Amino acid sequence: MPSHDVLVIGAGLAGQRAALAAAEEGASVGILSKVHPVRSHSNAAQGGINAALNPEDSWESHAFDTVKGSDYLGDQDAIEVMCREAPDEILTLEHLGVTFHRNEEGRLGTRAFGGASAARTYYVADITGQAILHVLYEQLMRHDEVYRYEEYFTTKLVLDDDGHAAGCVARQMRDGTMELFAAKTVILACGGNGQIYNPTTNALICTGDGIAMAYRAGAPLMDMEMVQYHPTTLAGNGLLITEGARGEGAHLYNAQGERFMEKYAPNKMELASRDVVSRAEQTEIDEGRGFPDGTVALDITQVPRKRIHEALREIVNVGRDFAGVDITREPIHIKPGNHYTMGGVKTDKDGHTGVPGLYAAGEVACVSVHGGNRLGANSLLDTLVFGRRSGKDAAAHARNHRMPEPPHSHVSDEEATLSELVGRDRDGRRVSEIRADLGKVMDEHVAVFRDEDGLLEAAQTVQRLKEEAKTVAIDDKGTIFNQDLFGAIELGFMLDNAECVIVGALERKESRGAQFRTDHPERDDDEWLKHIDLTLDGDRPNVTYSEVTLTRWEPEERKY
Amino acid sequence: MTETYTLKIRRYDPESGSAAYWEEFGVDLPPERSVLDGILQARDRQDGSIAIRCSCQAAICGSCGVRINGKSRLACNTKIGLAAEAAPNGAIVVEPMGNMPVLKDLIVDMDAVHWKKVQRVVPWLLPEGDPPEREYIVDPESMIDVTQAMACIHCGVCVSACLSMEVDPDFIGPAALAKAYRFVGDPRDAHAEDRLLDLAEDPHGIYDCTHCFACVEVCPKDVAPMNQIMRLRRRATGDYGIKDANNGYGHEKAFTDLIHKYGWLSEAQLLPKSYGDGSLIRAQLKPAAVRELAAKFPTIVRGLASGKVSPKTALIHHKLRDQDEIRRIYDEVESKDDRLELNLYIIGEDGSEEGEAAGSGGGAEEGAMAEGGQES
Ligand SMILES: Cc1cc2nc3c(=O)[nH]c(=O)nc-3n(C[C@H](O)[C@H](O)[C@H](O)COP(=O)(O)OP(=O)(O)OC[C@H]3O[C@@H](n4cnc5c(N)ncnc54)[C@H](O)[C@@H]3O)c2cc1C
Ligand code: SF4
Ligand code: SF4
Ligand code: FES
Repeated sequence: MPSHDVLVIGAGLAGQRAALAAAEEGASVGILSKVHPVRSHSNAAQGGINAALNPEDSWESHAFDTVKGSDYLGDQDAIEVMCREAPDEILTLEHLGVTFHRNEEGRLGTRAFGGASAARTYYVADITGQAILHVLYEQLMRHDEVYRYEEYFTTKLVLDDDGHAAGCVARQMRDGTMELFAAKTVILACGGNGQIYNPTTNALICTGDGIAMAYRAGAPLMDMEMVQYHPTTLAGNGLLITEGARGEGAHLYNAQGERFMEKYAPNKMELASRDVVSRAEQTEIDEGRGFPDGTVALDITQVPRKRIHEALREIVNVGRDFAGVDITREPIHIKPGNHYTMGGVKTDKDGHTGVPGLYAAGEVACVSVHGGNRLGANSLLDTLVFGRRSGKDAAAHARNHRMPEPPHSHVSDEEATLSELVGRDRDGRRVSEIRADLGKVMDEHVAVFRDEDGLLEAAQTVQRLKEEAKTVAIDDKGTIFNQDLFGAIELGFMLDNAECVIVGALERKESRGAQFRTDHPERDDDEWLKHIDLTLDGDRPNVTYSEVTLTRWEPEERKY
Repeated sequence: MTETYTLKIRRYDPESGSAAYWEEFGVDLPPERSVLDGILQARDRQDGSIAIRCSCQAAICGSCGVRINGKSRLACNTKIGLAAEAAPNGAIVVEPMGNMPVLKDLIVDMDAVHWKKVQRVVPWLLPEGDPPEREYIVDPESMIDVTQAMACIHCGVCVSACLSMEVDPDFIGPAALAKAYRFVGDPRDAHAEDRLLDLAEDPHGIYDCTHCFACVEVCPKDVAPMNQIMRLRRRATGDYGIKDANNGYGHEKAFTDLIHKYGWLSEAQLLPKSYGDGSLIRAQLKPAAVRELAAKFPTIVRGLASGKVSPKTALIHHKLRDQDEIRRIYDEVESKDDRLELNLYIIGEDGSEEGEAAGSGGGAEEGAMAEGGQES
């Protein structure tokens, strides 16, 4: 049985950063991922990463922007930590080899991003996430004391009799063997759940596995209703056009040629917070001022061509390959689309979840630094800062903890469940059909604008899909790369995620950040300046509340 | 507007005990959707056991490398309509990538080949001494320059298409060597010379590339691995006077001359040219050249046999449609600093020509598609 002091599940930025930090502390580390680490979804981050590194900038200003961006639902102690530690994190990455953009003096150069009062986004062309992910992976290749389990699919977390994290069960995807991993501490870094929506900017692997596994193990989730819709996604397939485009000076127009952001955010215009811009676009579209395909236009043609090629090269390709538009010459049609999971497994500043010995970091977690709305380029930062902190804390915790010996029954139980699934006759629906229904209902009723009727309808649909998932059938009866089987397991995870998002959205009877209830259109600090925590109770989430930590910024009205 | 397409997928299930076989699936999609969308539709609606790695659907995660109509590509950025036009008998042929063992259906073992080779080039930054208190201060152009290699998504598509790799499986290969340039070209790395010496002395290193251009043509991220290999060579000889044990510099010079002249590589011309002054007879006067030439001959023969070099391209000069553009790029590049040669990643310095240069990249690709996806 493989055993490690620290077992990291997920090898995106959060997981890799956690693994390196734990290894630096001398812990024995294992890192599992259901895809090769460089295929993790962190590679899709185009725009960049925020830090107040310039002498003229300050971490306080970065923190205030983040607090305001979060619509005051972010925990200010955690936000302070993140913004204070950001500059060091960027420098560490630079020293490890990330090829950050330089200014003329050869120093790190920045670009502007939404919701920020200074240009503090550091970037590598528009492949920032990929560049950082690959550099961290170089370090993993270098440090062979970090044991990599690539293409291992974790199906469940394992706790010991005292309810302390003790490892996990995972299936080696190549040959189908089920393995039990023992660990003194476990760090979840499984990313977000964007796939519960369709369309989404998220990759097919973003199925909320970590959120569901933690929830099933008894860890509370927090603010699950906070789902970010990004203002600029392609209509058909949900592909993202980075906010960097607006950062470089692109404008938004409705079908009548009006630069409509003048009405909604006269000061920050296109660079207001994402929730604000997405709502503005959706309003234009809903009120009939969009294009017939339900979109508005993003016009980037006034940005000099050389600059576009240097700084936004990836989206030139996306426009050309996936929309047939040369963005250097004509506007591209876009609309708000599902993008980011602000909610997740509830943690503190060191990644501790509600289950002792279990940590969470990155998009899977809700610290909460993003509150009701994440600012662009704050997420990569979140993964790195809290990945590192979790790794460090977990290594320290492991020093005073003995190696658990989880019983083999964990594997045999899991094996039995999966063989029943594989052996099942084909009576039920296909995984793909249920998944399609789920994505559709979420995008219809749990999107930019929500109301009670729609949410109740979505809740009903999800309950029906959960029933159907119990008899879902798969075609592949083999053991080698049985992707059909993984699809069925992911479907189960996704349905748990969707249920929690809807329960949170129904519960929060106000409008804050990404949650806009047309039946409760105002922010209500007296009643709702609090987190919604969800804990599994039987087979339903039980709702409780917890305080938002305020340090130095009192809630104010939010204007851009 | 939805149309019906036929996908002819090469299936292989190691557990079945039987050999690989072909299976056809009909799918309905608009022509601008991708071949991956087609495969996923077949999987979702008809047979859930079709295996292919995929995740981002946006040419960024590097999971979905396959061969489509014989050409190595990403399935997610290949339009199904165009693929159908290039398909023999109307059925779009989808196979696993080449040069790597197949594990199941369209899934190959990248660890056994690609990642092993990446590991070979010491793929991490090796700066001298402790890092500075703040960032390393470096020339901004140098960062842009290595970012081209950094753009590699490790999809393995170039590895699949590489002619030298097919002849010599130990060849370090296009992607791993591009990765090596990422460190050699990085001013923060203190071991450029050691790295270059290592890669020059390895018989499967930088001089093992036959300039077949395949990697440049197929790479979905414009990493242009061959160009990174050329830069490694140029640095090795130019900056450190590292001698090429395998006559690679002559090879490279011949290559540059030919491409400048014809806009495309003629494999048959290349070998004679690099061992003499262009005439086979003179080359034969040099005993060492003759020996090496003879040793290299199978490369062409195998190239012809595998269809990677068609007789047409090997024997007649195949000119790229926009060879003026290629020549222009070469001229421009040659008049510049060595370090920026052929960096197609960020195109053009002077505003007006950018669009055209960008168009030429796409043009080359389309030209290849129009010829039935043949790799030349
Ligand atoms: C298109 C796009 C652009 C973005 N741009 C930016 C940007 O410019 N700036 C910014 O700050 N943020 C950006 N974001 C957000 C940011 O990229 C993500 O929030 C962040 O990368 C998440 O990192 P992570 O490490 O938490 O998770 P991921 O990178 O998603 O990694 C998850 C890991 O968990 C593994 N995993 C999941 N489930 C299992 C399982 N069951 N078993 C084993 N392993 C598992 C996966 O294999 C993977 O390795 C963007 C997001 C998208 C979608
Ligand atoms: S140019 Fe060289 S590296 Fe590239 S595919 Fe051809 S032989 Fe391989
Ligand atoms: S160089 Fe290009 S083709 Fe080769 S692995 Fe990298 S991205 Fe893929
Ligand atoms: S699916 Fe990611 S590169 Fe094709």
